[in-house]
Amino acid sequence: MELLLFDGFNGLIQGAFYALMALGLSLIISLNSVINFAHGGFMVVGAYLAFTLAPYIGFWPALFAGPILAGILGILVERTLVRSMYGRSDPIYSLLLTFGFALIIEDVVRTIWGAQGVPFEIPAALGSPVSTTYFFLTGYRLFVIAAIGLATIALFAFLRLSRFGIRIRAGILDLETVSALGVNVYLLRSVNFAIGTLLAGFAGVLAAGVLQLAPTMGDDVIMATFVAVVVGGIGSLFGSVLGGLLIGLAAGITTAYYPAASDVVIYVIMAVVLIVRPRGLLGQEGLFE
Amino acid sequence: MSRRVYVNGAVWLLLLTAAWWLPLIGGYMALASRVLVYALAAMGLNLLLGFTGCMSFGEAAYFGLGGYGTGLFLTHLTHSTVLAVVAGTIVGGIAAFIFGPLVMRRRGIYFAMITVAIGQIFYFIAERWNSFTGGEDGLSGFSRQPLHFGFATVPLNAVAFYYFVLFFFAIGAGVIALLLHSPLGHTFVAIRENRRRAQFLGIHVERYVWASFAIAGLIAGLAGALNALQNNFISPINLYWVESGNLVIMAVLGGMRSFWGPLVGAIIFVGIQDYVSSYFPNNWETFIGGLFIIAVMFFPNGILGIIRQRAKAA
Amino acid sequence: MTDSDGLPAGAAKRPITRRSVLASSLAAGVAATVSPPIISALGEAPVKLGWIDPFTGTYAALGTSQLNGAKMAMAEINKKGGILGRQLQIIAEDSAANVGQATEKLNKLVDQDKVDFTAGGVSSAEAAAMSHAANLKSMLYIAVGGHVDTITGTDCHWNTFKLCSDTWMLSEALCATLLKKFGKRWYFCTPDYAWGHFLYKGASEILAQAKGTNLGNAVLPLGATDFTSALIKVQQAKPDVFVVFQSGDDFVNLMKQATQFGMTKTMAFGSPLLELEPLAALPVEARTGWGVMEWWWDQPNQPHVKEFVASYRKLYKATPSGRSWLGYAAAHSFALGAARAKSIQAAKMAHAMEGMKLPPEVALEPDGPYYRAGDHQCMITEFVGEVNQKGKYPNLFTVSEELGGAKLAKSPAEKGCKLSYPA
Repeated sequence: MELLLFDGFNGLIQGAFYALMALGLSLIISLNSVINFAHGGFMVVGAYLAFTLAPYIGFWPALFAGPILAGILGILVERTLVRSMYGRSDPIYSLLLTFGFALIIEDVVRTIWGAQGVPFEIPAALGSPVSTTYFFLTGYRLFVIAAIGLATIALFAFLRLSRFGIRIRAGILDLETVSALGVNVYLLRSVNFAIGTLLAGFAGVLAAGVLQLAPTMGDDVIMATFVAVVVGGIGSLFGSVLGGLLIGLAAGITTAYYPAASDVVIYVIMAVVLIVRPRGLLGQEGLFE
Repeated sequence: MSRRVYVNGAVWLLLLTAAWWLPLIGGYMALASRVLVYALAAMGLNLLLGFTGCMSFGEAAYFGLGGYGTGLFLTHLTHSTVLAVVAGTIVGGIAAFIFGPLVMRRRGIYFAMITVAIGQIFYFIAERWNSFTGGEDGLSGFSRQPLHFGFATVPLNAVAFYYFVLFFFAIGAGVIALLLHSPLGHTFVAIRENRRRAQFLGIHVERYVWASFAIAGLIAGLAGALNALQNNFISPINLYWVESGNLVIMAVLGGMRSFWGPLVGAIIFVGIQDYVSSYFPNNWETFIGGLFIIAVMFFPNGILGIIRQRAKAA
Repeated sequence: MTDSDGLPAGAAKRPITRRSVLASSLAAGVAATVSPPIISALGEAPVKLGWIDPFTGTYAALGTSQLNGAKMAMAEINKKGGILGRQLQIIAEDSAANVGQATEKLNKLVDQDKVDFTAGGVSSAEAAAMSHAANLKSMLYIAVGGHVDTITGTDCHWNTFKLCSDTWMLSEALCATLLKKFGKRWYFCTPDYAWGHFLYKGASEILAQAKGTNLGNAVLPLGATDFTSALIKVQQAKPDVFVVFQSGDDFVNLMKQATQFGMTKTMAFGSPLLELEPLAALPVEARTGWGVMEWWWDQPNQPHVKEFVASYRKLYKATPSGRSWLGYAAAHSFALGAARAKSIQAAKMAHAMEGMKLPPEVALEPDGPYYRAGDHQCMITEFVGEVNQKGKYPNLFTVSEELGGAKLAKSPAEKGCKLSYPA
């Protein structure tokens, strides 16, 4: 029973990470109408940039600089490649475009930083357990939870309170009307794409503290992120958070009973959700059909 | 009409004479067999993707199941290569038939994601069930057996195997062609063009999507069976979603709306991957990635789509 | 053909200096992309070695090290006049650690490029599959990495030689040291594929023989990223030794997490195969534990090692790892075998290589490794020691013991290998 609690809690930590990835992806899917398969790639780029900058500017500034640079890369990609996909009604094109871009990112990262992966150092203060009983609760994990919590709150506050954020939310609901009201939709979508990739970069830096920072780090995450978005419901940001936490928890609990099934369980959940609630838990009707 | 006859004639003539002309341009027979295997799977997928308008992203499941069916059949039950191919095809087809009702109501990205989910579930089963599938290490220890005709025994070397694959490719392509010219095929296209309208006309759209899904699975199973024989090996990676993505890319690259599109796409994809990865063993992924981007940005209707537009304009 | 062909067009006509060959193999990435080098020697075509390793995906670093070692050997061989008077050419192909692709590439090299021998492999699965595929083509194959016992055990083939250790040799070397240094209450962590299962089988047998306590074995899928659940169980069992069979990225992930949980301070960590590449990727505090290296660059008393390390560093701006040496020794093995057989015909070479001892300038380690006749397994030395936490790259390991492979390995009969040559 204690073990179950441990595993469940650990699953929630994983889930928080999926939720952060899913938030960024969900923003991009909802407003840019792009099935962004390069999301894992932006995550890796953010982490590597933070790794490169950390020796010069320190861990804490790098924690922000890496993701911001990933966001800037996001803008560049949006302006040069993704933009030409907006007119296409079939999402398959954006999917293939970003899929191709993900391959390029992996290759470029490997060429620049090497295939083996790099030693990403976290501050010594975070690198040890906070208590001996709950030894798996390390300072770093608590920090990750706090950081994801803050990032999520900041994002929701931005979307609710700022003029720009409100326009993004309105755009998700009805882009044509927002455009008709004279809002610069191109700018809106650019910034939105950048926010999405920035969140991915942030997730990457956080992950690099516990995982091997290697060019292939994004490969396993990307599908799980899609699962989180679809389970939560496309078009609902809150749903993405919920979906991320849910699949993380489910994977954690499965690990306690039957470790071999821990990574298939998220797909089982997605299949069940899509059969029972076709739009996901909190999804909007009519998007991407 | 006559143009179609010429095109078909040319395609079949080229495929039949590949053993003669391919080495002249620097190709080799195993590559040609691989092209046909993937072309067949992509043509099956295109029935769903291009003609019924359903974005399947889990076709590798039936491709891989066909492979495992064939591999396990050869390992445990029989030494007949042909029977093993039939067994693999049936496994792929039955699996798609069974899962059809789960996917047939979904559309767009939801269709894609539920096909991914089913595919990934099969992937993880193959990966974890060590005692039956060989798990992560894959299933080996079977090999394609010589064909026994009443009068002769033919060992399946590279050239003979190509014609073995071509034989099944012809059957698969023939089935698809007949289907597309039948009322069933016309209904598929009607669903693609306007699903709601088809529904108003009294068409049981979901049943037709199910049919399309099952037939695509059957053909993917056939291709997967041939793939297992090509390598005398099958591993979970053949079931992975990336493999599904590759099949989608082949269809889009060649042209989703044309019958031969996936074949052209497979030639480009498999050919370039083989060629580029030999020249740039470290960086071939950039070329493949770049190819996707260029294809999507500049040739959204695929290579055949462009040719057709040109032909119409002329 | 690829980024690894040593010779630019026409090079065979002028005297080849060592430097020019080295330079050309270095520049190959650029040179070969422009046009595949055409060797226009007088009459004699080069001898071709097909090299299949992962250059993309998780094992890319290890595969690249193996190829780098091989390219260096190629330059040396060609400087000394090649193989039976013909230049050696390496044609490299990417397996992406995908077994199907490895087999496809091997067949392509044999059928299309008409290579004379084949080598490579990092993962056990790809090496086993290539051994089998090469056998179907009656093609000589050296399993460079890819440790699983069966390659020179129950599934051994006359055409296959295996340079890297088998899993039993690694288990034996590791366990002997761990039993000597630490207690007998052990916990295991096994990745769920052939490599892990064989290691666990060997190590748990040895532990049982030593009357130790097997506290448990956490079996995790290959590619697992979160090890918390398993580590919680290990922590609760309080073992003296935690034996970790993970390799590559899995190893790095596990060590990172175990270190943050403070476990490296409460128990000893043992790993059957430590490698320089993943150690370099670990954060400093996670660089800890005991383990086995298949080769180590710092052997002050071993002749030729210093020269080898110096030229490798000059060429690649990195220190040779165990993988680099494996690639180097494998490429040399073909040249040595051909010289013994006076032929490059596969069966003749295979016979000649049985019992063949690697000379000191290739062996670069004590005890003179040799290919055992009964199963074609090379009897290489295992370097057991401790990860050097305080060291900077490349001083990440301290050797405490060098164990000769011949004393560790099971006999061919015990492994279940019966070699049979085609009539």
